[in-house]
Amino acid sequence: MGNLIGQSVKRVEDKRFITGKGNYVDDIKIPGMTYAQIVRSPYAHAKIVKVDTSKAEAHAGVVAVFTGKDFADAGIGGVPCGWQVDFKNGDTMREPPHPILVADKARHVGDGVAIVIAEDRYIAKDASELVEVEYEVLDAVTNPAEAIKEGAPLVHDDIPNNTSFDWELGDKVATDEAFENAHHITTLEFVNQRLIPNAIEPRSAIGLYNEATEEYTLYTSSQNPHLIRLLMCAFVLGIPEHKVRVVSPDVGGGFGSKIHHYTEEVLVIWCSKQINRPVKWTAERNESFMTDCHGRDHVTKAEMAFDEEGMLLGLRINTKANMGAYLSTFAPAVPTYLHGTLLQGLYTTPAIHIDLTAAFTHTNVVDAYRGAGRPEAAFLIERLMDTAAREMNMDPAELRRKNFIPPFDGVEQPGYQTQVALQYDSGNYEGVLNKALELADYKGLREEQKKAREEGRIMGIGFSTYVEACGIAPSALVGALGARAGLYEAANVRVEPTGKVTVFTGSHSHGQGHETTFAQIVADNFGIPLEDVKVVHGDTASVPFGMGTYGSRSLAVGGSAIMLSIEKIKAKGGRIAAHLLECSVDDLEFADGKWTVKGTDKSVGFGDVSLTAYVPHNYPDGEEPGLEFSSFYDPANFTFPFGAHIAVVEIDKETGKVELKRYIAVDDVGNVINPMIVDGQVHGGLAQGIGQALLEGAVYDEAGQLLTGSMLDYTMPRADDFPMFEVDRTVTPCPHNPLGVKGAGETGTIASTPAVVNAVIDALSPMGVKDIRMPMTPERVWKAMHQNGN
Amino acid sequence: MKHSISMTVNGKEYSGEVEPRVLLVHFIRDHLGLTGTHIGCDTTQCGACTILMDGAAIKSCTVFAVQAEGAQITTIEGMASNGELHPLQEGFHEEHGLQCGFCTPGMIMTSVELLNQNPNPTEAEIRHGLEGNYCRCTGYHNIVKAVQYAASKQA
Repeated sequence: MGNLIGQSVKRVEDKRFITGKGNYVDDIKIPGMTYAQIVRSPYAHAKIVKVDTSKAEAHAGVVAVFTGKDFADAGIGGVPCGWQVDFKNGDTMREPPHPILVADKARHVGDGVAIVIAEDRYIAKDASELVEVEYEVLDAVTNPAEAIKEGAPLVHDDIPNNTSFDWELGDKVATDEAFENAHHITTLEFVNQRLIPNAIEPRSAIGLYNEATEEYTLYTSSQNPHLIRLLMCAFVLGIPEHKVRVVSPDVGGGFGSKIHHYTEEVLVIWCSKQINRPVKWTAERNESFMTDCHGRDHVTKAEMAFDEEGMLLGLRINTKANMGAYLSTFAPAVPTYLHGTLLQGLYTTPAIHIDLTAAFTHTNVVDAYRGAGRPEAAFLIERLMDTAAREMNMDPAELRRKNFIPPFDGVEQPGYQTQVALQYDSGNYEGVLNKALELADYKGLREEQKKAREEGRIMGIGFSTYVEACGIAPSALVGALGARAGLYEAANVRVEPTGKVTVFTGSHSHGQGHETTFAQIVADNFGIPLEDVKVVHGDTASVPFGMGTYGSRSLAVGGSAIMLSIEKIKAKGGRIAAHLLECSVDDLEFADGKWTVKGTDKSVGFGDVSLTAYVPHNYPDGEEPGLEFSSFYDPANFTFPFGAHIAVVEIDKETGKVELKRYIAVDDVGNVINPMIVDGQVHGGLAQGIGQALLEGAVYDEAGQLLTGSMLDYTMPRADDFPMFEVDRTVTPCPHNPLGVKGAGETGTIASTPAVVNAVIDALSPMGVKDIRMPMTPERVWKAMHQNGN
Repeated sequence: MKHSISMTVNGKEYSGEVEPRVLLVHFIRDHLGLTGTHIGCDTTQCGACTILMDGAAIKSCTVFAVQAEGAQITTIEGMASNGELHPLQEGFHEEHGLQCGFCTPGMIMTSVELLNQNPNPTEAEIRHGLEGNYCRCTGYHNIVKAVQYAASKQA
């Protein structure tokens, strides 16, 4: 008790997971439950001429079959988008309906056409194959840069040039001028390839309707249960919100893919009422590949302008962002306000401009995936920096150092106003770089590289220094930017009569360890043992409200909401204690779980005060009984973690295979509650970012077929793809939230992709290699090695 | 047509009637109610469904229940004995070898066989031994340390 903040406390949630007692949605069995199989379009773009469900309906064990027509007849439009980004000229964002099941046309491989509900999963699958769909296959387009050209096949007949919106940010005139006056310009054109999140738990949902109470329960593997309830009730089905309970129990990883409101959630709820029985749907892995929101997929031209000294003068970006066939929940925000606003990086660049077009294609929807926009921003900035350093014959670390924004703590020195709307809270960018260089023994590494080259080995060193925005966000600000939701967080802290504490948080843990971290905060503040605190999340019936977990916001926003309730409890507890001790509140101090009259040994413990609050026989006049407070925390600003990463690679001369020899990550996430958990978040993020650099990439062919539709075809990192990571930190507290924390969930993903690509290019630069498309597979690397007649 | 099958799971005798096509993982989860064994991919890629069958780690999504007739099965629920965690379970907890927990049962069951075959593995041997199991949360870093923890504990 006490001093728990900052300790690597072992996780309290572990035991159920290591003993097989976790409770994931697919583990839940309800009497009378039926199983659903969705019939999905095998074509990327096809007119649905006819759907014949008669054979499926006649199959023994089938309970019901519904099609897109049933939803159209019921007047159910589709799942909504939660963010509006209008055109540069003020025209409204083009936002097509995203049907629950399609009736007229399939617009990507995996679009749902019908649902078969049966007594068990085997029968549902058998019968789904008896649904006869007649398709008229149409031409498809999958690349966003192609999709916006005149004459490209249209995803939605009424949306010209497949353009959802265009958007710009920054000062175009000043930026163009900077390029005119530049001594050196570095240019890269690349694809930040599409990724498939692949949480290991497939998405799953159960709909349960109670005919007597007219109430629904939705169990769903979501990062975001309250928002799912709000969107589904208010914007899709028109069900009164208080009649719906959404439960997201244990959830097996999300990485962004489980933030969004999915059609299957609507399907199981609506169907459960039609058949008056519970309906379960669990994705098969190929459905996860086809329909879990994908990430990235930007086609970009990026340019950087420098003066003679290597000082940055300007950054100019043109990006075509792929939205997929529809607009997913947060999709418009990802390439705009989570990407364009991060283009300052950690440099003093005086002029920045981004021009962006968001395109519909005949592919699955693209939305937030770990980092969401920020990895794309860091990638282009950091690839440009390393390339520019090479072109100008400067050391990549020194070029960065030269251009860093000087340290500012946000208290003595003001926050840093960027050219692209955001104001950074606090930063010490040279500090993380110095620490990383030291940890890596940079000088030694360069010597080793020289020696390796003499021996004919191909070794490279790559940098990435980044800043990101977390803790989304001040609600008023994001509202002005097009968010259709507030982005605060809620918490209820309930002190039970015996002094035990239950915390209800609107954040949702699906691996982040909130049950431990949040308990540490509460136990530390109340001076009680960790085991006296229980954290509850993921149930709209018990948690007051919640905006969910994404964008590394749980601790910065959710933790801050808990802190507000803690302070209210301490204040009220102090008044009760003062009454019991017959003194003034001002005479009391609270420490080690008790209120003590200053300068005396007279004290009353947290447990006694708790009991008094619920048995108020001897009680302050006018004080309400009970010791429980709900709070909503709306942040004053985003938080801005930053860091410096260094990758060391060696490339096999014969095969082109890249081996990651060392990976050094120094991050600054503000204050740290549980270092062990933060390190774990960094490790996992690194794996996904390195995966993008070397292994992962979704591939659609010209007809819109997903060629990487299984774990056999889409390469994810396995245990033997990595060395042990070398992880360290500096601490620059966030000046504007009560815990001084910034968020740690995405740092690794954001920083590692450019670091690894830079290392590979560094290794191959003596061969004249300037760029290699991601993922940098042995084949691509080998070809690049041999392209210049080497 | 249904077949009668019986097997020993975590030391207890179970029998049931299944269609020949029912996968062992569905029998374990749906018929026996042992939901600690997870399904991550249905195609033998992810390893979340790994169990021990007659002492060998197998992916139970790729075995029919009828093939397990008479077998000795151990699932994650059978790993702790008398309330005491197996050294691997302890290792995953001590070394923060899990985050969301979904891959964890399969990781632990695979590691049982890994350590049975090689009680004192190098880091590279552990990484190679875990190649058949995906984890998307941990970057494998602390999973490797968890297996090392168990190896030194069992030594």
